[in-house]
Amino acid sequence: MVEYRIDRRSGIATYLQIVQQTKQALRLGLLQPGDRLPTAREVVAATAINPNTVLKAYRELEREGLVEPRPGLGTFVRRSLARPGAAADSPLRAELADWTDRARAAGLDREDVTALVASVLEERFGETATLSESGHEEDGENR
Amino acid sequence: MTDEIDAAGALEASGLGMKYRRGWALRDVACHLPAGRICALVGPNGSGKSTLLSLAAGLLTPTTGTLRVFGRPPAAPAARERVAFVAQDKPLYPRFSVADTLRLGRELNPRWDQKAAERVVEEAEVPLSARVGSLSGGQRTCVALALALGKRADLLLLDEPMSDQDPLRRHRMMGVLMAEAAERGTGVVISTHVLAELDGVCDHLLLMGGGRIRLAGGTDEIQAAHRVITGPSATGGGTPAALARHTVVETRTTGRQLTALIRPEGTPAGDGWIVTEPSLEEVLLGYLRAPDAPPLLADDPRTADTEVGA
Repeated sequence: MVEYRIDRRSGIATYLQIVQQTKQALRLGLLQPGDRLPTAREVVAATAINPNTVLKAYRELEREGLVEPRPGLGTFVRRSLARPGAAADSPLRAELADWTDRARAAGLDREDVTALVASVLEERFGETATLSESGHEEDGENR
Repeated sequence: MTDEIDAAGALEASGLGMKYRRGWALRDVACHLPAGRICALVGPNGSGKSTLLSLAAGLLTPTTGTLRVFGRPPAAPAARERVAFVAQDKPLYPRFSVADTLRLGRELNPRWDQKAAERVVEEAEVPLSARVGSLSGGQRTCVALALALGKRADLLLLDEPMSDQDPLRRHRMMGVLMAEAAERGTGVVISTHVLAELDGVCDHLLLMGGGRIRLAGGTDEIQAAHRVITGPSATGGGTPAALARHTVVETRTTGRQLTALIRPEGTPAGDGWIVTEPSLEEVLLGYLRAPDAPPLLADDPRTADTEVGA
């Protein structure tokens, strides 16, 4: 189960925050196929947002084929976004953690590291890494 | 059973006016609120919010025009049992305990849900044995909300329910309200001064001013109907000519920079303009600062996609 954190001042539409956080949980393997998403009632009781916002986010996730509603039971994960290399216990992650420790030991702070990573990503992947997404990835790992 | 009536909307007013001895509090109000919406009722003090809520609760009789709640006059028993009203002064019996107050609700309301009412009181951490008179203002509000939710109404009319709550209890009470809406499709009309409180909560908006409705409709539609333009101001001050074809709500000039809130006609374009979609709060502040801006009534089902009075 995931718990959504809604930041009203982020400038990102509330339903998108739910979509992004769900995808993040799918990427990290925190949510797996067959898992149930929290009901709209559970989400709004904890976050005090409009229930329609949650339903809109779930419809979007459904449209992307990631979740499916089962009437009377809830909304369930259909497909994972986790790749073997990106799981919490993967060697790639361990190497990145090592590298981050070394960067820190070399005196780089969080923003230096973020800038460095963003520039390498841009160089290797060609496209600009979207800032909002990378921001959420950081938050996700800190939890 | 009630679907047919719900098609009429939770709240429907036309030509609605209310005159007190000191003058008109509401004039020529027309609005349409579909069932199951979370509606923010916003406006300065004395703009008619409480009068509108009291009329909808059937506590006042309109001087002119008509008001329907689920298709019926608000004072009709069939409408009354579907509506719960929490007045601004939260009238409760101070000598009753919280438990007694809930019992009163149980005895007086055929559809009473004791569990729902107790959940609110628990969530607010108000002891059942406490006397209502000994509670803080915020705690009393929670007891009043508990009565309203226990009534199992289909429309909750809440007059500034969050104004005396601390941030945590406010968040919890909003959570309780939204959970109720999620579970039962309950509609909520909530009057408030705290604009930031509305973001992400409300999907419908009524902005009042001087006893009239100035903005009405879904929050998404209202937001989408507006643009904020920043750009160079016209030489020698004044409004640039390129703005003239749009409906201008408000303009402000700071040095050489002009900021304008507009309802665009077509795509707004001008030299050096940056055009962005405003937040709901920006739209509301713009209208509150400009009391003479033309109203936007986007809630009439017959004219939902056209602007009225623009």
